[in-house]
Amino acid sequence: MSKAVERLYNGFIKENPTFVLMLGMCPTLAVTTSAVNGLGMGLTTMVVLAMSNLFISLLRKIIPNRVRIPAFIVIIASFVTIVQLLLEAYLPFLNKALGMYIPLIVVNCIILGRAEAYAYSNPPIPSLFDGIGMGLGFSFALTCIGAVRELLGAGKLFGAAVLPDSYVPIRIFTQAPGAFFVLAVLVALQNFVKTKRKKAGKPYEKIGSGCSEDCMNCSEKGCTKRFYDADATEKESKVPAIKTVEEKGSDELDVLDLEEEENK
Amino acid sequence: MRNVTELLVILVSSSLVSNVVLSQFLGLCPFLGVSRKVKTAGGMGVAVIFVITLASAVAGVINKYVLIRFNIQYLDTIVFILVIAALVQFVEMFLKKAMPSLYEALGVYLPLITTNCAVLGVAISNEQAEYGILTGMVNGFATAVGFTIAIVILAGIREKIEYNDVPESFRGMPIVLLTAGLMAIAFVGFSGLL
Repeated sequence: MSKAVERLYNGFIKENPTFVLMLGMCPTLAVTTSAVNGLGMGLTTMVVLAMSNLFISLLRKIIPNRVRIPAFIVIIASFVTIVQLLLEAYLPFLNKALGMYIPLIVVNCIILGRAEAYAYSNPPIPSLFDGIGMGLGFSFALTCIGAVRELLGAGKLFGAAVLPDSYVPIRIFTQAPGAFFVLAVLVALQNFVKTKRKKAGKPYEKIGSGCSEDCMNCSEKGCTKRFYDADATEKESKVPAIKTVEEKGSDELDVLDLEEEENK
Repeated sequence: MRNVTELLVILVSSSLVSNVVLSQFLGLCPFLGVSRKVKTAGGMGVAVIFVITLASAVAGVINKYVLIRFNIQYLDTIVFILVIAALVQFVEMFLKKAMPSLYEALGVYLPLITTNCAVLGVAISNEQAEYGILTGMVNGFATAVGFTIAIVILAGIREKIEYNDVPESFRGMPIVLLTAGLMAIAFVGFSGLL
C-alpha cells in the first residue's frame, strides 16, 4: 500500500511530468487554451497511461526485449483508440475541443517513457499507481497552465468570468504564441529554483533529472527509441538511439546545461 | 486547373498559415532540440521533409486500400503509428545500404523522427480532411516545409542569441521559447494570405 502512495506522490510532486521532467510538451502547449481543456486532456492521458502501464507490466515477462517498443506502441495505441471512442460517445464537446490531439496521445513521451522506465521492470500494482500518479501530475500541470492562459487571455476561469469588465483580455494568451510565453516563464522558474538550490549546496540535479530539458535529451526514457531494437539482447543493455547523435554533435543537441553556460 | 489551385492553397496554408510547429505545436521536440545551428537545423528539416512526404503517401495508400476498404477506420491510430515507426526504421536501413552518402547526411536525424508527433499528426489530419493520396502527399510536403522554415529561422536567431546577455534564469530553453512565441506572433500575420 505504501508503495502505491509513494508512486502517487512521486508522479504528482517529485517527478511531475510537466513541471519537473518536462515531458510531453506538444499536447501541453496545444490544448491548454482553457482550464477545462487542460483538465480533460490530462485525465484522458491519465486513463491511457494507467491502463497501458498496467498491461505492459502484466505482459512484461512475455514481451521479448527486442520488439518491446512495437509491443508498447500497440498496447498504448489500443487504449488511445478505446478512450477516443468513449469520448466520442459520452463527451463529444471535449472530443471536439481536443480534436486530433487525442490520437496524438500515442506519441506522448510520458507514456512510452513510463512504459520503458517503470512498467516494463516493475509489478502491475505499483505500475498502475505510477501511471495514475503521473497522470494526475500531468492533469494538475495542464489545468494550471490552462487556468493561467484562460485568466490572462479571456479573463475567465473554468468558463466563468472572474475578472471585472474593466480588464482587457490579452487575447494572445489563448492563441498559439501565448502557450510559448507561459511555458517560457515556467521553465525560467524551474531554472531559478535550480540555480538557487545549487547555490545553497542542495542536490539540484534531481530537478529535471528524468528528461533533462525536452524530449530530445531523454533517450533513456524511451522517446527516441528505435522501433526495432536489434542490439537489445539483454534486458539491461539499453542502447539509446540518440547515442549516435550525441557522439557526432553533442553541442548541437544539449539545449541547456547550466554548468556549461556558466563556464563560458 | 481547379485541382492545381486547390493544391496551391493547401501548400500555402499548411506551410505558412497554420504552421505545424508555431500554430499546431507538433514536432516541438526536434524544433527546440536541434535548432542550435542553422546547418543542423537544415539537415533535420530535409530529413523531416523526406520522411513526412513518404509517410503521408504510405498512410494515404493504407487508408484508402485497407482501412476504408475493410471498414476498419477506427483502427487508424494503431495502424498509422506502427506503419510510420516501421517505415522510418526501414528508410534508415535502406539508406544505410543503398545510399551511404545520403545516410551520412540524414542518418543521425532519422531515429529522432520515429516518434515525432508531426508525422502522425499529418497522417491523421489527412485522414480527417479526407484528402486523397496526392493531396495528402502535398499536404505532408507543405507541412514539412513549414517545419523546415520555422526551425531554420529559429536556428538563425539562436546563433545570434548566443552573444546576448540573457538574464540567468532565462538562459537556454526559456529564451528559445520566448523567441518561438514571437515567431508565432509573426506567423499569425500569414493568416491574411488566404
